[in-house]
Amino acid sequence: MSAGTKKIDVTVTEVVEVNDLVKRFRFERSDGAEMPTFSGGAHTVVEMKDGGITRLNPYSLMSDPRDRSAFMISVRRDEQGRGGSLFMHREVKVGDRMVLSYPVNLFSLDLRAKKHLMIAGGIGITPFLAQIKQLEGMNGHFELHYSVRTAALGSYTEELKAHYPDRVHVYHDDQGEAIALGDLLDGQPLGTHLYVCGPKGMIEWVCRTAEERGWPAEAVHYEEFLAPQSGKPFSVTLAKTGKVIPVGEHQSMLEALEAAGVDAPYLCRGGACGQCETDVVSHDGAFVHRDHWLTDDQKACGNKIMPCVSRFEGRSLVIDR
Amino acid sequence: MSRFQFPPSIRSRPVYGTLEPRRGTAHLMVADAEGAEALLDLARAAPEMMAKAHVLYIPAAEGNDLADRLRATGPAQFYVGPSYAASVSRLRKALADAHMGLQIYLAGTEGLIGQAMQEAMSAGYPASAIQTEHRGSVARRVQCVHCKGVTENVSVTPFVCSHCGLNLFVRDHYSRRIAAFQGVCVDAEDPGDVPAQEGLYQ
Ligand code: FES
Repeated sequence: MSAGTKKIDVTVTEVVEVNDLVKRFRFERSDGAEMPTFSGGAHTVVEMKDGGITRLNPYSLMSDPRDRSAFMISVRRDEQGRGGSLFMHREVKVGDRMVLSYPVNLFSLDLRAKKHLMIAGGIGITPFLAQIKQLEGMNGHFELHYSVRTAALGSYTEELKAHYPDRVHVYHDDQGEAIALGDLLDGQPLGTHLYVCGPKGMIEWVCRTAEERGWPAEAVHYEEFLAPQSGKPFSVTLAKTGKVIPVGEHQSMLEALEAAGVDAPYLCRGGACGQCETDVVSHDGAFVHRDHWLTDDQKACGNKIMPCVSRFEGRSLVIDR
Repeated sequence: MSRFQFPPSIRSRPVYGTLEPRRGTAHLMVADAEGAEALLDLARAAPEMMAKAHVLYIPAAEGNDLADRLRATGPAQFYVGPSYAASVSRLRKALADAHMGLQIYLAGTEGLIGQAMQEAMSAGYPASAIQTEHRGSVARRVQCVHCKGVTENVSVTPFVCSHCGLNLFVRDHYSRRIAAFQGVCVDAEDPGDVPAQEGLYQ
């Protein structure tokens, strides 16, 4: 069985338009029982029955981890994406039955820290909302620096500023406001841990700057879910059965395996957790590695692939499944 | 000879590396006795680092005092203390005033490294990011698992607990929280049947 993929049957009990791009969904268990506990930074994988295909997309839980009555997520509409967020925005209504995975946390707080410094960009705010609630319950010390495109598109900025006027700092791109990162990092007391969630460029900028300023990697945490990207269709052969499985243009290899009835492991579906790592038996062609898991050496070696985000171009690919 | 190659042991036993210069906004260097040689090597590898360095040095009661040579490397702040106990308040203050971007370098005996590491960890600094280099004596800080008393500078096993008087066998089992190896009564079954004493690593 795939680890962490235990399922929960839920009913959508609230859909709220947060702004032009973001909608918030509330899920309660259909059997009326309590939701499982989680810690701030955890995500759930939402199963979407979209016509003939099943989409499985991970979303960070933003609700209060102490609240067992429901899970809440916020979804940003991505017109360029493969359709998961559009499905959530267009099709999901109050009363719908859906299936969620048990929560998994790949972005947890290090509670040995004396202070938690959080840097969010856009919809990357969601895991921090849960972490802040968690810290509030235990009197934890945090500071949030949150960068948004415009005031109108800044999700939850007003609530955050109203609740934590001294600890939340919002920056508006359209007004030329930017986080003075170097000074911010230099001024942090010893024992601070740094967390960043947002667009790829922001994560790279924050991690690079922290490294340049002498921050130990152990004190720097980031979460970036890669959405699987479309690519040329290819096929993959299972070494165990000899079965050949076609991977469509807009499908990930993991999705194709699942559609063919293979119980392949996964947790994040975004190239971050390592759970889906699969041995390559043989190949004739080129890998399109897109994950954050394998080292550059492993990628060059060509004997492993992460089917949740990576693809293949060439004549044949045989994997150990 | 100030370098000693520890034989492989159980996981609990700390292992030490070689100090190397790392990028940082400030550098905190703590050494005792021959640990100073490791700091001198570091200063030779990256002399420019010393302008942002705070050095705390505890010379050995007897033997070489390397304080003058350390001072000559030009650290921004330099402190020489008579003992670890007398220097720890200075170390705590340095950690309390420090900011992220600080690099921490510890060199010398296991007792010094372990105790300074414990201070840095309780200041919230990740243990695995602290650089350490063992130099000099292989004597240990040992906690008696029976009375919990700590005996400093233990270089033989078994030895007599300086607190409760039991005959203690020195284990490689180490506690980072109390920065000490464990000493376990060696003649509990047959009081008086104590194996011959031998030097650690001899
Ligand atoms: S499922 Fe997490 S890396 Fe592929």
